[in-house]
Amino acid sequence: MTETKWSVDESAIRDFSAANNEPEWLLNARLDAFNKAEDLPLPKPDKTKIDKWNFTEFGTHNVQSTPFESLAALPEEAKAVVGEESSVQNVYVQRNGTPSILNISSELKEAGVIFTDFATAAKEHGELLQKYFMTQAVKADEHKLTALHTALVNGGVFLYVPKNVEIKEPVQAVFIHDDKDAALFNHVIVVAEANSSVTYVENYISTVETEQGVANIITEVIAGDNAQVSYGAVDTLAENVTTYVNRRGITAPNARIEWSLGVMNDGNTVSENVTNLIGDGSFADTKMVVVGRGKQSMNFTTKVVHFGKHTEGYILKHGVMKDEAKSIFNGIGKIEHGASKSNAEQESRVLMLSEKARGDANPILLIDEDDVTAGHAASVGRVDPLQLYYLMSRGITQQEAERLVIHGFLAPVVNKLPIENVKQQLTGVIERKVRQ
Amino acid sequence: MSQSTLTIKDLHVSIDGKEILKGVNLEIKGGEFHAIMGPNGTGKSTLSSAIMGHPKYEVTQGSITLDGEDVLEMEVDERARAGLFLAMQYPSEITGVTNAEFLRSAVNARREEGDEISLMKFIRQMDKNMDLLEMDQDMAQRYLNEGFSGGEKKRNEILQLMTIEPKIAILDEIDSGLDIDALKVVSKGINKMRGEDFGCLMITHYQRLLNYITPDHVHVMMQGKIVKSGGAELAERLEAEGYDWIKQELGIEDETVQ
Repeated sequence: MTETKWSVDESAIRDFSAANNEPEWLLNARLDAFNKAEDLPLPKPDKTKIDKWNFTEFGTHNVQSTPFESLAALPEEAKAVVGEESSVQNVYVQRNGTPSILNISSELKEAGVIFTDFATAAKEHGELLQKYFMTQAVKADEHKLTALHTALVNGGVFLYVPKNVEIKEPVQAVFIHDDKDAALFNHVIVVAEANSSVTYVENYISTVETEQGVANIITEVIAGDNAQVSYGAVDTLAENVTTYVNRRGITAPNARIEWSLGVMNDGNTVSENVTNLIGDGSFADTKMVVVGRGKQSMNFTTKVVHFGKHTEGYILKHGVMKDEAKSIFNGIGKIEHGASKSNAEQESRVLMLSEKARGDANPILLIDEDDVTAGHAASVGRVDPLQLYYLMSRGITQQEAERLVIHGFLAPVVNKLPIENVKQQLTGVIERKVRQ
Repeated sequence: MSQSTLTIKDLHVSIDGKEILKGVNLEIKGGEFHAIMGPNGTGKSTLSSAIMGHPKYEVTQGSITLDGEDVLEMEVDERARAGLFLAMQYPSEITGVTNAEFLRSAVNARREEGDEISLMKFIRQMDKNMDLLEMDQDMAQRYLNEGFSGGEKKRNEILQLMTIEPKIAILDEIDSGLDIDALKVVSKGINKMRGEDFGCLMITHYQRLLNYITPDHVHVMMQGKIVKSGGAELAERLEAEGYDWIKQELGIEDETVQ
């Protein structure tokens, strides 16, 4: 085995932490994780070999970018997702690792909502952050990438919704990658206390081509008693960015987490989305659409683990692979002993548009309890040439016919997405990714 | 628009290396309605698929031209935009694409970018045609042919025909699986297309359809060729007497393609 090459050392981590006036616990968490990272193994996404992927070599994790002056100054790709109107109340924009724009309505502030960048959260809400950062949903020592993430986290956002607060409008974060040397170690925490509700939407956008980019992203969602979190994400990172993205949630009794995920990166991607249904009567729903193109390889593990009784978990994923793209869809419904009356359902479908595209769907149900219901459906297939013939026989060009078929294949997921903003964005992103 | 002419000369077509059409000659002009009849297995549907450019059919000899343009050199979508239309016997089902969305794409495929049909105009036109074909309005928003009954699929083919208004249409067994009421409705739609600018080739093995749509020319196909042509009276004789007299007249024992 070759020795891992690192782009940072311990002193760089100390310098970074000091420059950001971080509390000591955070520095210690970083250093501890950094020491473990070397020996911890990479994660093992089922059926995708990632040991040759570059997760550790990058330009720098400490890029200082000039903040954007206003929403109007954002690149077009970002404008398209936030809109330029002044009605955009609650939005955070980050340029590489640098916090750039933060708008939060006075209404939310008065209600006690915290919405701020990661570094500010560490300085101003240290105790709260410490309670949730890599402690409940994800642990630093799970594998090399979680450890590396903890050691190098250089951006992200903290959203805290106090109990009984219901936020009507979506809260949005836009992470812009426009420096080819910048590595993204982004951490997002969404805490919804009892009886609260919130919709959070994030975008990862590359506007620069890079030779060797790294994105190591972790999201932790903590949903309290009877809280509701609707979490939307549209990822469009560039071709040579290797992405590890782990979005994980845990639920208290009767809490609900809904995920609306559009993974449209152009580079190699390992995506892990897990919901641990801890509390009785809690609920998870993951809807995901994916388009692969070029030579990219992607692995998607979507997992719902039922611990509480009467819990419900639903997974619905559709993916389209063009060109020579490869993707593995692992869907796991796990019902632990004691989680009686629970229900685990999943559906994964992959459509391949070319001879060289590859797709695989692996539905897995692991059930340790008798009194439950579960179901799965999976299919992998190539586009039917007779469908294209039929469409073309009406004068529609081959490209447009393919677009219709792809759109149609993804529509059953896109149309059901609970967040209108994500639905609209994805329709546009899919169009762009399919056309090129 | 002016009268168009589809000319088929000495057409030989194979599928999976087996020759099905063995020299078909046919000319269809705007304003004319032709019917090709014949028992099963004689090559009728192969002719329609070959004209449209079905990926499995290989033309090994002969020519097809539309107003002098070489159809065989064109991709399927180019043939359609040149003015050809095929109402298919087994239309594909396409999940997630609504009937309206599909129809609008087909209309816009014939228009310049920036000159797309307005949504209101399109909907008005579609509603009118759907009324004439006695189709439920909700069929516009259903996914293309998905879960459609046999009769609904046929009506939907004619809806496309009426929307696209091709120069030359081929209707491949548009009457199969239709009850008499549905057949009347479908025929009404096809007859609405009649005019100097529209030529039509109906492929059928029942005379029944021709009670509602009177052909100008009737052709009988056997063994991968057109073996007899005549006027509407030929169809009536076939209805009354079957095909045996033709086989006797021509000395054919087995009419299917060998």
